[in-house]
Amino acid sequence: MKAIIKRELSSYFNSAIGYIVLAVFYFFSGIYFSFFCIYKNSSSLSPVFSNMLMIILFVVPIITMKSFAEEKRQKTDQALFTSPVNLFEIVMGKFLGAFILYLLCVSIFLVYTLVICFFTTPEWSVIFCTLLGTLIMGGALIAIDIFISAMTESQVIAAVVGIGAGLFIYMLDSIADLINVEFFANILRALSFNQNFLNFTYGILSLKNAVFFLSIIAVFLFLTIRVFEKKRLS
Amino acid sequence: MVEVKNLTKVYGNIKAVDDISFSVDSGEILGFLGENGAGKSTTMNIITGYISSNSGSVLIDGYDIFKKPKAAKSKIGYLPEIPPLYIDMTVVKYLEFMFELKKVKLPKKEHIKEVMAAVKINDVKNRIIKNLSKGYRQRIGLAQALLGNPPVLILDEPTVGLDPKQIIEIRKLIRTLGKKHTVIFSSHVLSEVSAICDRIIVINNGKIVADAKTEELSNILESKGELLIEAKGSQSTISCVINNIDGVKKVTATKPNLYTIEHDINTDIRESVFNEMAKADCPILMMKKGGLSLEESFLKLTSDIKKEEKHESNN
Repeated sequence: MKAIIKRELSSYFNSAIGYIVLAVFYFFSGIYFSFFCIYKNSSSLSPVFSNMLMIILFVVPIITMKSFAEEKRQKTDQALFTSPVNLFEIVMGKFLGAFILYLLCVSIFLVYTLVICFFTTPEWSVIFCTLLGTLIMGGALIAIDIFISAMTESQVIAAVVGIGAGLFIYMLDSIADLINVEFFANILRALSFNQNFLNFTYGILSLKNAVFFLSIIAVFLFLTIRVFEKKRLS
Repeated sequence: MVEVKNLTKVYGNIKAVDDISFSVDSGEILGFLGENGAGKSTTMNIITGYISSNSGSVLIDGYDIFKKPKAAKSKIGYLPEIPPLYIDMTVVKYLEFMFELKKVKLPKKEHIKEVMAAVKINDVKNRIIKNLSKGYRQRIGLAQALLGNPPVLILDEPTVGLDPKQIIEIRKLIRTLGKKHTVIFSSHVLSEVSAICDRIIVINNGKIVADAKTEELSNILESKGELLIEAKGSQSTISCVINNIDGVKKVTATKPNLYTIEHDINTDIRESVFNEMAKADCPILMMKKGGLSLEESFLKLTSDIKKEEKHESNN
C-alpha cells in the first residue's frame, strides 16, 4: 500500500497535473479569501469554504481521473493485479494517494488562518470544523471519482463523468425543492453534499454529517473493489 | 510446480480456452505455441490470476491462484504481452516501485542491481522509460518479472518486436533463467520455441493439440518412418540390398543416387542400412531422417484440426 501511495504522489508531481491542481486551488481560494476576508474586513473563513465547494467539485475529478483509467489503458494494471497485494490495499493506496494531494490543496487554509491571526483571534471551532468537513467531503468525492475511474479506460471520460456526478450531487437539494412528494424530497436533501457540508461551516461538529461522508467513502471504495473482484471472479 | 486442470474461459459465444490441462515440473522450460489468437495470452492471464476462468483450477507450488491468490502470486514473475511499465518513471524508480509492490524481502539496492545486470539495462537506469526503445522496454518488463527471484516465470511473447540481435540475447537469457526457475514461455515462432524449450505445448482454438518433448513433437506426427540416403552404386544392387533389411517397406529412387526408404516407424534401420551397404560396397554419401520439420508439423497439426472441424460442421 505504501508503495502505491508513493507511486501515485510521484506520478502527480512527475507530470504537470499535481502542480496545476495546486495552482488552480490556491488561485481560486486566494481570490475568495481576499474578497470575503480582506476586502470585506471579515475574520470568518466560512464563505471562503462554502464557495470553494464548487472548485473542489471540478478539481477532485482531475486528481482522480488517472488513477485506474490510465493503468488500464497502459496495461500496467496487469502488474498491479498479478502482484501479491490485496485489492483492498491497491484501492486504498490509490485513494490515499489522491487524498494526500487534496490535503495539500486544502492546507492553504492554514495560511489564511495565519493571516487572520495577525489581525484578530479567529473562531477556532469554526475553522477546525470547516477544515474537517472540507476534508471528509473531499474524501467522499475522491472515493466516488475513483470508482468512476475504475470503470473506464479513458481519463477524459473519467473526468467528465466525475464532474457531472459532482455537480449532480451539488444540485441535489435544488432538485429536491422541485419535487412535490415530501418523502422523496427529503431523501434527496439527506443525500445532498451541500446540506451535509453546511453544518460544518457553522462550526457544528455533527456526527450525523460526518458519518454521512465517511459512509460514502466506505461504500464507493467497496464498490471499486467489487469492480475488480468481478473481473477476477466472473 | 504449476498445475493447470480443466481450464475453460468463455467470452460470449467464443471459447477462448477450452478444457486445458497440463503441469510443469520445477526447472522445466515449457514453450506455449500457437497462432495469434489461439488462447495463449488468455491462458497465461488466468495462470497469473489476472483474470478468472469459468471453470478449472490453477495450482502454483500447491497454492490455488483463486483461493490463495497472495501466496500463489508471490511465486510468479509475469511479463505480459505488453510490458506493464509506468512510462513516466525512470528505470530504477520503476523497479524500486515494483520491488516494494511485490514485498520482496531481499536487500533492495543490491537485488535491483543484480536484476538490471542480468537483463543488461544498467546503461539506461536513470532514463525515463517513455524515451526508451521497444527492446529496452521489453527487458525492463523482464527485469520486473525477475524481482524477488520467483520460482515460476511466465513470459508472454517476450521476443516480439525485438531486433534479431536482441532476440538472440533474450533467448540466451531465458535459457539461463531456466536453470533456476520454472519457465512458461509463449511464442508463435516455432524455431524460437524449439531452440529454447524442453517441452512444447501446441494450442489451437483454445485447445491443446500437442504436448510433447521438443524432439518428440515431429516424431508424434509421423505416421511412417522415412529415411533419405545418397549412395554410390548401381540402382538395382542398392534397391535389392535395402529391401532385404528388416523393417523396410519400400525403396524408391527419386534422383540418380538418391533413395527414399519407407520403413516401420518403430525400428531404427540406420545402422543396418550402413552395415549392409558397406558389405555391398556401395558407399553412403549422405543419410538423413525424413519426415516433417517442426514448422511442417505445426502447420499439419493446426490445419488437420481445422479440417476436422469443417468436416464436423458440414455433417
